[in-house]
Amino acid sequence: MAPILRSTSLLALFVCHISLFFCFFVSNLPISSGSEDSYTITGRVRIPASTVIGHAAKFSNIKVILNGGQNVTFLRPDGYFTFHKVPAGTHLIEVYAMGYFFSPVRVDVSARHHGKVQATLTETRRSLTELVLEPLRPEQYYEMREPFNVMAIAKSPMGLMVGFMVVVVFLMPKLMENIDPEEMKSAQEQMRSQGVPSLTSLLPASR
Amino acid sequence: MAIRVFLLLPVFLSSAIVSFSLYEDQAGLADWHQRYIGKVKHAVFHTQKTGRKRVIVSTEENVVASLDLRHGEIFWRHVLGTKDAIDGVGIALGKYVITLSSEGSTLRAWNLPDGQMVWETALHSAHHSKSLLSVPINLKVDKDYPITVFGGGYLHAVSALDGEVLWEKDFTAEGFEVQRVLQPLGSTVIYVLGFVNLSEAVVYQIDSKSGEVLAQKSMAFPGGFSGEISSVSSDKVVVLDSTKSILVTIGFLDGDISFQKTPISDLVEDSGNAEILSPLLSNMLAVKVNKRTVFVKVGGEGKLEVVDSLSDETAMSDSLAVADDQEAFASVHHEGSKIHLMVKLVNELDNVLLRETIEMDQHRGRVHKVFMNNYIRTDRSNGFRALIVMEDHSLLLLQQGAIVWSREEGLASVTDVTTAELPVEKDGVSVAKVEHTLFEWLKGHVLKLKGSLLLASPEDVVAIQELRVKSSGKNKLTRDHNGFRKLILALTRGGKLFALHTGDGRIVWSMLLKSQACERPNGISLYQWQVPHHHAMDKNPSVLVVGRCGSDSSAPGVLSFVDVYTGKEITSSDIGHSVVQVLPLPFTDSTEQRLHLIADTVGHVHLYPKTSEALSIFQREFQNIYWYTVEADDGIIRGHVMKSSCSGETADEYCFTTRELWTVVFPSESEKIISTLTRKSNEVVHTQAKVNTDQDLLYKYVSKNLLFVATVSPKGAGEIGSVTPEESSLVVYLIDTITGRILHRLSHQGCQGPVHAVFSENWVVYHYFNLRAHKYEVTVVEIYDQSRAENKNVWKLILGKHNLTAPITSYSRPEVFTKSQSYFFAQSVKTIAVTSTAKGITSKQLLIGTIGDQILALDKRFVDPRRTLNPSQAEKEEGIIPLTDSLPIIPQSYVTHSHRVEGLRGIVTAPSKLESTTHVFAYGVDLFYTRLAPSKTYDSLTDDFSYALLLITIVVLVAAIYITWALSEKKELSEKWR
Repeated sequence: MAPILRSTSLLALFVCHISLFFCFFVSNLPISSGSEDSYTITGRVRIPASTVIGHAAKFSNIKVILNGGQNVTFLRPDGYFTFHKVPAGTHLIEVYAMGYFFSPVRVDVSARHHGKVQATLTETRRSLTELVLEPLRPEQYYEMREPFNVMAIAKSPMGLMVGFMVVVVFLMPKLMENIDPEEMKSAQEQMRSQGVPSLTSLLPASR
Repeated sequence: MAIRVFLLLPVFLSSAIVSFSLYEDQAGLADWHQRYIGKVKHAVFHTQKTGRKRVIVSTEENVVASLDLRHGEIFWRHVLGTKDAIDGVGIALGKYVITLSSEGSTLRAWNLPDGQMVWETALHSAHHSKSLLSVPINLKVDKDYPITVFGGGYLHAVSALDGEVLWEKDFTAEGFEVQRVLQPLGSTVIYVLGFVNLSEAVVYQIDSKSGEVLAQKSMAFPGGFSGEISSVSSDKVVVLDSTKSILVTIGFLDGDISFQKTPISDLVEDSGNAEILSPLLSNMLAVKVNKRTVFVKVGGEGKLEVVDSLSDETAMSDSLAVADDQEAFASVHHEGSKIHLMVKLVNELDNVLLRETIEMDQHRGRVHKVFMNNYIRTDRSNGFRALIVMEDHSLLLLQQGAIVWSREEGLASVTDVTTAELPVEKDGVSVAKVEHTLFEWLKGHVLKLKGSLLLASPEDVVAIQELRVKSSGKNKLTRDHNGFRKLILALTRGGKLFALHTGDGRIVWSMLLKSQACERPNGISLYQWQVPHHHAMDKNPSVLVVGRCGSDSSAPGVLSFVDVYTGKEITSSDIGHSVVQVLPLPFTDSTEQRLHLIADTVGHVHLYPKTSEALSIFQREFQNIYWYTVEADDGIIRGHVMKSSCSGETADEYCFTTRELWTVVFPSESEKIISTLTRKSNEVVHTQAKVNTDQDLLYKYVSKNLLFVATVSPKGAGEIGSVTPEESSLVVYLIDTITGRILHRLSHQGCQGPVHAVFSENWVVYHYFNLRAHKYEVTVVEIYDQSRAENKNVWKLILGKHNLTAPITSYSRPEVFTKSQSYFFAQSVKTIAVTSTAKGITSKQLLIGTIGDQILALDKRFVDPRRTLNPSQAEKEEGIIPLTDSLPIIPQSYVTHSHRVEGLRGIVTAPSKLESTTHVFAYGVDLFYTRLAPSKTYDSLTDDFSYALLLITIVVLVAAIYITWALSEKKELSEKWR
């Protein structure tokens, strides 16, 4: 949802260069067992500035997870993260930050291109030119309380009860007025004979 | 009428889809969250500066945390990945916490005040080796002394400021093992001491600025070393030789190696095999010989001399400089229910600086570790505080003869959880007075009303919160009508059983598991042993705790029976055989003790309780007892039945042999078992049938003997990214565990594990990774009984031509059919559970523990195989949600709301008495509890039910009645006068 800012650092490409350089460097060392095919993924997490409140506090609690828990790393103050010793292949990076939803990112580390990194958001299938991860949407864990409003009260069970009673109190006499006086009289007689007044007997429809 | 229902239903449904949601002010009312760190491995104090005093700890749960030294609260903490075990902690430059993890290959610096990661460096590593971290103690902040790290065969010097590797030195030569890296204070030379094939000592001198090797000396030691080593000063170490009976002092002053042998028999008379203890004491070492701790002083020329010896149960700290050229160390030993803390000078052991005696809870066990710190008192003398780690993993700070604070860190490693009822409220014990007067009651409700109408001021909100907690009476230690108050029994890896109150999470009682056979049994699992509710009402309920002496599965087991109300152990027994599997049987004896079978490694099963009554019950059902074992490594599932009593001399009449009934063998070249799961045995199913929209009936195939098995191709058993879609496939099976019959098989091509599944009623939901789409997927499989599908006709039912009363047997081939559907899911999952209610009427919710350590409640209706793209009107009425390709993640349905259950491992649900409500308890490094109502609390009023509004309404109504009565009287009178 939030647009990926492309104008910032050309990070992903830069990263590839670094890792490429790193690989050459490593292979020149006399002993480098098992490090020829492992690469470094570096990326950045950026949280939009609009939600700047508590930004720093939240930043220290963000985790970046590779392949469902194989590696867990944290963010540096500038938002960068690095996974070291990642073999070539297709990987999954997830970012967990309280209050934000991040799409998992599919990351292809190419062995042929010396660790060139290609990233795609799996939720939106949008491919990233650089590994800058931004939240898809902020998350609100609580329901918002509706502000005070008369309709809510009226809709509540008690409000309905009151409303019904008001209707009975004010509209019933009106209904009664419309009833034919003779009918009324007979109804009253009936009431007396029954002894107990009941609501049904008062209603004209019940007869 | 029908129209009205039709109109109302969408309204009802739309409100029911988000069935768990919470207002911010409701957080903490029914839920609680506790934060832990785990058993402390290392501790570094930071008390130099004025201001906040803190201690930095790293734990066995891979947590690095900063604790407040005054109260023991967590300032900050980070839970590292599961494979990222911490090897060392230090404080550099007075402002960074340095952690070395992953076998010495990852070095991180954290900002001391707030825990923000400052830098992270991946260090070069070639093979497994010791990992050693040494952070220079420098008092000048501006000068950057490098951190020296040894790990993975390389020695690195790392700048503390930015984590830059200044130089690295390769020590990966064949057979060479680095033992110690030492740097004398103020020197620029680093000594690296190692052994070649444990028979030759090699010392390198390395320039700390450039990493160049200045000198290298080696000297062969004919006897060979055992590998146990203790460094006593910057130029001397003491090691044990390979026979463990000679102490060898290796001096390497200025690079010249010298050996000096001292047989232990010269030091201690009744010598045996010795063991060097870990505490680092200057010019002294502690050796454990014959269960005694012997302090050996190392003289200037490497001469050893015994200066003191203590009884076995002593824990010691490293030594600490207390004044110029004086070092002290703390030791703690037990005496009855007390512990004695002593701080002594290393040079003069008779000079006891501090002697304190503290009463200690027996259920904390022995002291495992001591970390000491000193401070300057106002009278300029030295004061000492000691951080101790107990056997039950708890962490305590001792200062001035008292426990300043304690943390129950055992709860960070919960292995099994069950729930238990609280005692019934006794006659004579009056119900706690919640509301005192009518006025206060009214006031409270007016406050609540204000709160719900958003008219409350902040002070009012606080008052409302307090009132709610108080009025709910949720913290009482008695059973309540709704079954909201319960005990959560949690067994920890340290072998301690905790009873937590569901109301506020406090520890009601705790008990450490004991055994005669071994020092400390590990806790394995927990079972309901006795739950009296029909008979034996005078008895308290009890639980069975199964433990084991040692981590090996063939180690002898320990059983302990614990009274739930009091937390006292009723009996405990060392059962003398191993515990592989515990099977609670569906039978109880006359005192409602449940019969349990315990299978051991040799293929026998043992019946508990060992009473003749239990035996006779068991003999009656002898033919009907089946169970299965899963050998995941070999890909075999076996079904077993009882055969006969054990023969042999040691066997008693409660021991039985078994016979193999069936085996399911998965081809090992193409399938590897990664997950197996059965239904919870105590789950209640309310209805056997499901009514379709077209008035059609589907009969659920509800069997307790179904086993869900997931296999992947061996290549796909690794991590994501290690396999291509073509190479991996996932196959799931539903197997009947009585006959071994495979009822259903479903194959997912291009998918891999890990598989997390949940099995309830007649459905399984499982989560796995789809490599083609590179997304996680969730699949639901529902299994229905075809053989009873003919029983739809009412006439058949009336005429009795149905087979509903026919006995169901597992031997007959069940005619089943399945329905399944798959969806994408946008998160990794750690565990899945399902809500359970008392009668099983309430609709179910899946509780998904995500990798972000939150718990998402997902309505079962989202994982219903009958979902279609365009549900018909009738289906919509029934509540079928239109099919979407992925499952929704609604933030409001996180039951953990703004909390994280760090290191989440499991979720347990238990029904309350109220049908709508279920208890949810999640454990990991943290604990979290909440109450859920998957279909809202349809059977009770909610907590925010406004009694005041009801009262006002009644008053208004009564007033209205009187007014109208008076009016009508008046009117009648006037009419009569007319």
